[in-house]
Formats: sequence, C-alpha cells, structure tokens
Amino acid sequence: MTDETLPDPDSEPYWQGAAAGELRYQRCGACKTAIFYPRALCTNCGAPDPDWSVSDGQGTVYAVSVVHRPPPSFSGQAPYAVVLVDLDEGFRMMSRIVDAAPDTVAVGDRVRVIFRDDPDGRPTPYFTPA
Amino acid sequence: MIEGNIVSLKRACAIAGVAESRLGVVPDSTVLTLQAEALVAALADAGLEKSDVDGLLVSGAWGRLPGLQIAEYLGIQPSYADSTMVGGASFEFHLGHAAAAIQAGLCRVAVILYGSTQRSRADKYIFQIRNDLGYQYEAPYGLPTPVGSYALAASRHFAQYGTTSEQLADLAVSTRNWAALNPKALRREPLTRDDVLNSGPIATPLNKLDCCLFTDGGGAVVVVSPDIAKTLKKPPVWLLGQGESVSHAQISEMPDLTVTPAAKSGARAFEMAGVTHRDLDVVEIYDSFTITVLLTLESLGFCAPGTGGEFIANGRTGPGGEFPLNTNGGGLSYCHPGQYGIFLIIEAVRQLRGECDERQVANAALALISGTGGVLSSNSTCILGVE
Repeated sequence: MTDETLPDPDSEPYWQGAAAGELRYQRCGACKTAIFYPRALCTNCGAPDPDWSVSDGQGTVYAVSVVHRPPPSFSGQAPYAVVLVDLDEGFRMMSRIVDAAPDTVAVGDRVRVIFRDDPDGRPTPYFTPA
Repeated sequence: MIEGNIVSLKRACAIAGVAESRLGVVPDSTVLTLQAEALVAALADAGLEKSDVDGLLVSGAWGRLPGLQIAEYLGIQPSYADSTMVGGASFEFHLGHAAAAIQAGLCRVAVILYGSTQRSRADKYIFQIRNDLGYQYEAPYGLPTPVGSYALAASRHFAQYGTTSEQLADLAVSTRNWAALNPKALRREPLTRDDVLNSGPIATPLNKLDCCLFTDGGGAVVVVSPDIAKTLKKPPVWLLGQGESVSHAQISEMPDLTVTPAAKSGARAFEMAGVTHRDLDVVEIYDSFTITVLLTLESLGFCAPGTGGEFIANGRTGPGGEFPLNTNGGGLSYCHPGQYGIFLIIEAVRQLRGECDERQVANAALALISGTGGVLSSNSTCILGVE
C-alpha cells in the first residue's frame, strides 16, 4: 500500500514513531483531549498544534470483523481479523490482529500493540492478545 | 454552541415527478445516457418541459466535474446548482437544499439526478481504495470497504446488545418479499433465512445476502415551488420536514458505532414536520446492508437502542407486516447503482400517489425516507406527505 505522497506533514511523526517501535498520538495542550489520527488542530476545542505523546499500546477491542473476502491487494491473506481498538489513553484506531487465530478475537478483549512491516515493508502498528 | 431556531422547510416545495432509468445491467449506456433517460421520464411524469428546469442537483464520482458535464450534456444552464456529494444519502440532502433554494426564490423547478454504470463499465467508484490523508491509518489493514466498516458496526451491536445474524437475515427476507411484488426489482425469487445465513461470510458477521446488489441505474426527481405544484396534473407530494447530518468519513472515526447521524437529522425532520413515528404509513430506509437499516431505525427512534433486532425479525417489515419498510425491494433486492438514495425518494412518492399496484401500502399518506452515505457517515431524513 505504499503511496509516494506518504508520509505527509501531519503523519510524518506518526510513521517515524512506528519505525522506532512507538505508537504515537496527539493530546490537545488546551483541553487535554486525546486525538487520533494526527491533525493540525484539536477535534474537540479547535486549539492548534496538539502535542505529541507516546501510547503504552494497551487497549480493548471495540469492534472486530473477520475478513473473508479481502480487497484485491490483500488476496491470499484471508481470513484475518480487522479491529477497532480503544487505547487506554483515550483514542481509537483501526488495526489488525496478528499472532492469534482471527476467529478467537472478541469485542472487549485486551490487546497490545506490536510492530510489523506492512505488505510494502513499512513498520506499522498491529495488535495481539495481551 | 450557538443555539437558534432554524427556518422551517415545511411545504417549501413539492415533488412533482419521479422516474428511474433502465436498471440492472445496462451495457449499452453511459452515466450520461441513463441520467437523460431518467430526466425525460421524470419531466413527463411531472408534466413539465426541460426548458422549465432552472435548478440542477447532482452527485457522482464519475468523470471530471460531473455537475458541469451532466448539465452540458442535457443542455441545461441552471441558475441554481448543487453538487453536494456525501455518498448514497446525497439525494436526501439535495431535496432539503432544493427546498431551501426554492423557498429563497433562487429557482422554481429543480431536478435531482443520478446515474451509474458501475456494473457494466467499471466507472470510477465512490469506494475506490485510497491510502492518503486520513485513510492512510486504515489502508494497511485490508478492511474491504464499505462492507467491512458496516461489519464492524454490526459486530459492535451484536456484542453490546445480543443482536443476531438471524435477525438481520429476516430483514433481507422481508425486503425480498417486497421485491417479489415489484416488476422492476432485479432479485425476485423466494429467499429464506437459511439462504441468507448460508450465503457465505464476506466480513463477519455480514454474509453475502446481507449486502446490497451491485448494479447500473439512474433516477430523477423533479422538485417544484408550491405555486407550480398546484398547476400540475398529478397530486403534489409535499416536503414536510428534512434534516441532515455528517459525522465522519471513515469508520475508525465514528464516535459510537451503534448510533448513526440519523439521530440528529431525524430529530430535526420530525420536529419540522410536526408528526410522530406513529403517524407514518410507509418508511423507506437506505439498505446498503441489513445492519444499516437496523441502526437507522434505532437512531431515528422507531425502537429503543439495542432493540432493532427484534424490531426487524420475523417478517414484521415485509408485505402484510405491521411496519411496511423498503417497499420497492430496497438496495438489497431491487437495485443499487452505487448511490441508492434517489430511489428512496422515487418509491416514497409512488406510494403516496398510490401508484404501486401489488406492493401498494393501503391509504399511504405520510412517508419517511432516510438516506445513509459513506460508512454510516452522513444521513438526511425527509418526511413527505400528500396533504
């Protein structure tokens, strides 16, 4: 999924973090709202330039779907479990479960981040049962 | 928040004409020919001429600057133009925008148009996979879109409330039973709950027959000022209330996967129309997937949060059921050319005019339509009536 326009100015610290094994997110300096994905302003109060933080990478599965009919560029990988994870710091992100059978993952499960290369060789955050 | 009363759009406009183009698999057409077909038929239905049209509202992901290309092709130079593009719900947004424009005197005869040849000609498609901007945080994980996003919402509803695949399957069956009564529907053969459950997983918990069709097709809706409406042959179908809301673009940004933007848009539409749920005779709700309908019903307040599964189960929404829903057979069994919302308007108008033959809901006088776009991202809800 490499795109030559990536990373962009908003996302560069995030992908640099992933390459360094850190799950980075933002927190508003004014209202303290946790923000994901990275932006130039707070989605809650509108204050500019949120601060960067590093997540502990611990979270809870908010939703999960086991993909049986993947997009063409992921053919051959199915089945796999795509999840929305609520991180303990108060933000939500999409990811995929690795190192576990996809149909064993359930809403409410505790998971932790683990960095792997995505299909194009870019270090990317995945999750695995905690 | 700045609070204030909005200007009501109640009776600001009426729908005077509706039509589909050819539907299904239409290889000998383009997006432009299908829209021309629908326009000609809808103007004839209204008893108006192309030269009467001074407002044009379009949406699509095809071509370059579709709002300009379609106007040029049709030979219309509108003095009011709107290319609001919020996915499949765009046409319910357009209806509200046309009402506001007509009320403000900016135009008198507005046409809402749509066409797609996604099935036959591999048009650029609104859910083309992207890996830029916000999508770069989802793209690496291989979620098929839109179905995977709706599957995530379904998984959340199942876990939070105990909703089941059987309940979703029952909605697909009820919708198919309506399609069996509609000669224009693509899939009319009988369907059982087990057929749906055994149709094969796409993205759990959604199976193949929880998903809408993938077709060509087009539609047109002619919206007119009240003074013009009263001069036409067919009884006007009045816009009584409308609301719209946009929540997010991608599913990881949806605040609560069990509550759609229909909660906000529906509340405004009901308040504007001054009617309650029980007053409605027929309801048309965007069914990109079975779960879309369940979530929208709850968000609109037809049933309490978490009870949508019971609400749609056991044929309750099918022909002869107590809650007539998606009476044309829906996106699940009638047609779904990428952005389905225009067909909700077309069916509601026909029901309110009593033009639906076998599938006619008796004495239908008040209808609600609710369009959902993107991945539960946008919603506009409209209430229509003949009085």
